[in-house]
Formats: sequence, structure tokens, C-alpha cells
Amino acid sequence: MKEKKRTGWLEKNGNDDRGPGTGSDPGEGEKKIRIPEGLWIKCNHCRQIVYRKEVDRSGKVCPKCNYHFPITLDERLEQLADPGTFEEFAAEVVSSDPLHFSDSQRYVDRLRSAQKKTGLDDAIRVGECSIMSIPSVLGVFSFHFMGGSMGSVVGEKVVRAADKALEKRRPLILVTASGGARMQEGIFSLMQMARTSAAVGSLKKAGLPYLTVLTDPTFGGVTASFAMLGDVIIAEPRALIGFAGPRVIEQTIRQQLPEGFQRAEFLLEHGFVDMIVARKHLKETLGQLLCHLGARRNSGTLCQGSQTG
Amino acid sequence: MTRKEALVVVERDEPVSATWNRVLLARANDRPTAWDYVQRVCTNFIELHGDRSFRDDPSILAGLASFEGRSVAIVAHFKGKSFKDRVQRNFGMAHPEGYRKALRVMRLAERFGLPIISLIDTPGAYPGIEAEERGQVEAIARNIQEMFEIAVPIVVTIIGEGGSGGALALGVGDKVLMMENSIYSVISPEACAAILWNDPAMSADAAASLHLTAQHLRTLAIVDEIIPEPEGGAQKDLSKMSQALKASLLKAFEEIDAIPREELLARRYAKFHEMVRFRLLS
Repeated sequence: MKEKKRTGWLEKNGNDDRGPGTGSDPGEGEKKIRIPEGLWIKCNHCRQIVYRKEVDRSGKVCPKCNYHFPITLDERLEQLADPGTFEEFAAEVVSSDPLHFSDSQRYVDRLRSAQKKTGLDDAIRVGECSIMSIPSVLGVFSFHFMGGSMGSVVGEKVVRAADKALEKRRPLILVTASGGARMQEGIFSLMQMARTSAAVGSLKKAGLPYLTVLTDPTFGGVTASFAMLGDVIIAEPRALIGFAGPRVIEQTIRQQLPEGFQRAEFLLEHGFVDMIVARKHLKETLGQLLCHLGARRNSGTLCQGSQTG
Repeated sequence: MTRKEALVVVERDEPVSATWNRVLLARANDRPTAWDYVQRVCTNFIELHGDRSFRDDPSILAGLASFEGRSVAIVAHFKGKSFKDRVQRNFGMAHPEGYRKALRVMRLAERFGLPIISLIDTPGAYPGIEAEERGQVEAIARNIQEMFEIAVPIVVTIIGEGGSGGALALGVGDKVLMMENSIYSVISPEACAAILWNDPAMSADAAASLHLTAQHLRTLAIVDEIIPEPEGGAQKDLSKMSQALKASLLKAFEEIDAIPREELLARRYAKFHEMVRFRLLS
């Protein structure tokens, strides 16, 4: 739990104990998030014993209560990109620790341990791929890398993903999971809100679809910038999404938060996301949306108005 | 880590105590507010109210005014003066409707070709139930994105506290100026200390590490110009401070006027595009 408190600001403030789905167990890394070995596993939410293969088949979702187990960045890529089509770019962009930041631990050491834990260079990977045979640019966050926090590297990769989508005239899809800004990069992390918002704004002008998928949890500077700017905004069931973490709000207003506050369903009800899509339907839904919005298939044909996604 | 060690790893030009003193000055109750400056820098100010959707947020001051012979639009965080006024204005912490009011007035300015003066002074966007319900994240994101699209000159000045996303929601412009004792940061030093040091007593060290002073941010090329303050801070001589602000705004607008109008937005984009630091693996 110590480590958890020391990454993004969400963990300290946001991950309360109001039920499951508040992010994955922080003690587990990207590589290690495995539903425990064995034929049967216990659901984090309904506590029922469920058949593991059934959970795996539905994209790590509990068959009893529809609880969405946390998944790794690579598992997400696997679920969304057509097999073998994901080609990463901007992988060479890595943090330079611009402020030489050090608190109880040096930022470079935190980075190194996050890299070791997750096998990732930073909290996002971006690449080109096909989704339902539609050539796309896809970016996926990892909450397990320093709370999915956005510093210069995450910002730059989002900007480059938007640039790539513009250059190739492809849609852009970003799947978020983030505690917010990476405070170890100070003002540079704040400025990534500006850079990314401006970059995805260019897609709007170019008439290219930009879709966002908000997964559990998405907070702070990521939500308050490119994540909320999608042409269509999708959320995963029960995902916690907001500006300030629940604990910050509780401390500010000195009262308990209502049940379901900041859940995907709450955002849908208040009009801030378009739809809640279960993981097993996500890829197909993205494909259908992209077709409606005029994206082309690999063959170059339009799929607008077609029967299948 | 002790304070001494922190000093070694974070190169800086002033001691932690001096940085912390600026934090205190930036937040002081007697620090001049946006309204103090608007009254002294502009004439004929007409306040405009409301977001046309929910309510008027008194945390944000918006309106039209005359500035050195031309009409301008003003958008500003307004912390309030008396205690009662400060409470009513929620200490400058806006709700979504405040940012939406500011955006509405900026779009109005664009339609009539008026330059925009934005004055930043907020601890941050308000973290509350209603703010979340009404889409604090959406309001901030939209303002940031649309400020890149508003095709009139925008000069942003941080006059006190520049608190994270709530500040940036009025913070995109062609020039970003900062008063000498103001601060601009992704997170408050107190929250940063609580999270990273697990010790709120380390706030001063956090402040220094965050590089939140005008001097630091000028060095990092986030800020174009530092507006000097009177000895002891802006509150010591409000009329002198207002004159300095006026002169800096005038100079900033003159420089922006020299930019061909069709290049304005591309240059604004390019300016912010530079605000990143990373390295490339070979």
C-alpha cells in the first residue's frame, strides 16, 4: 500500500473503499496482473466463485455480476486491435526528468521501478492498427505505470498519435486509465493538458473521428483534457471517472459521497458520456461507430450505413 | 530526506524559504485581486453574467472594457475582497458554469474582434459534488481546447495563484505573463507534500521542487515575461503594480499585433507545443 500512495495523486485521494472497480490492486504490476492460477477464481465484487475460463473468454469479466476485472495494457491491445496489426510508434520517447525531481525517492528511481514492474517505458503505448478491419491509430494507458499519470512522455505520445491520425487520415481511439497529472514533472505535466487538447482539436477540423474509452479509473488532468473531448465518449461499466478524487471531495465538503458517485453510470445519467459499453462489445461498438463516422476499411471501402460493424 | 539534501538535488537560484515566501505572498488575503486591476488598468468596464445554461458563477469575473483606446474582453478568476465576499465567490474556485461563462464571453469577443485579457488567480477548480455533476472535467477541457481556436489576441497574466487545471482553463494565450510573486503549478505544494513525501510539513520543499515561481517558469520558457512587483509585494503599492501590469499588457498586445492575423492560431499552437521535455532513445 505504501507504493500505491506514492505514484499519482489519485491513489492517495481517490481510491477509497467504496467497492470494487476502483482500480486494480496496486501491489500487482502490469506483468503480474493475473487472475490467480487455477480453474476457479473469486470475483472481487460479488465474491462468488466463478470458472476462470469463462472469465477469460469474456475479456476478464465476471459472468455472475459483470464486474470488469482490471486488465493490462497488452491485454487491452489484444482485445481491440485485429490480430497482429498493432505497430507501435513513438516508443523512443522517454522521460528526461526535466525538474530533477526528488521527494522521498528520486523520480528517476520511481520511473525505473515502474518500468521494471510493468515492462513498459511509460504509462501509454500508441500505435497503428486495424480495428474491425478499419485502419486506426490506437493509444492505451496503463494505470499500473505510476497511476497512469500524464507527464511529458504521455503528452507527447498522445500528440504524436493525433499527428499520425492526421497524416494518415485515420480515426484516433484513446483508452484512458489515469490518476491525473504526473506531479514530478511539475508545470510540464500541466501543459500536457493544453498540448493534447489542442492536438485532438486538429482532428475535429480535419473531419477525422476521435473516440475515447474511459476505463477505471480516469481522473484529474487526463479527464479534464483530451479524454472528455472525444466525438463519442465511451465508458466501461462502473469505471470511476472524474476531476477530483472522491477523498479530496469528501475532505472539502466534509460529508460522505452518495452511492455511485463518479461511476460511469453517474456520468451517463448527467450527460457526460455517450454510452457504457461492456468489454466484450467494445471492439464491435468502436467498429460500428467508426463506420458511421465515415471511416474506411482496409480495402478502402466506406462502411457507412452497412449492416455489419 | 532532509531539506538540505533536497537543496542539492534540485538546482535553484533561491532558498526554499524564499520560494515559500512567494507562495504565501501569492495567496495573501491582502493581495490585489483581478477586480482591483481591472478598475485601474481599464475604463468603462461592463460586467457580463452567466453561462446561459445554469447560473452565474461569481468566482469568475467577465466583461467588456476599454483598454488604452480599444475595447477588450476580460475574463478573470475573482477571489473577492471582504471575508463575506470571498465566501460568496468561493475563494476563486470556479464551478463548471464559471468556465463556461468565460468561454461564452471569449467567443463573444472573437465575433466582434476584441482582444482578450485573462487574469489568473485561483487555488484550483472547485472539487465538489455539484461541480462533478455538472461536468467540471468537460468544462475545463473545452475551455482549453477552444482557447486554441479563438482567433483574437489573448494575453494571460497570472496575478496570484495559478492552480492547476482551473488556471489553465483560462490560461491558453499568445503571451503568458506572470507577476513576480505569483505561482503556477500542477498541484498545490501541500497536496504534493502529502502525497509524495507523505508529510504535509514538507510543503515548502514541495513548492521549491515543483518550480512554481515566476522565475523558474520563465527559465523553463512557460512564461514570456515577469512583471516586477513593488518591494514587499503587489499589495504594498497597488497603483504602481497596476501601472506595471498595464505597461506589460500594452507591450504584449503590441507584439501580438505584429503577428499576421492568419498566423495567430498556428503560432499559439506552436508556442504551447514546445512546452514539453523528453528524451529520445537512440
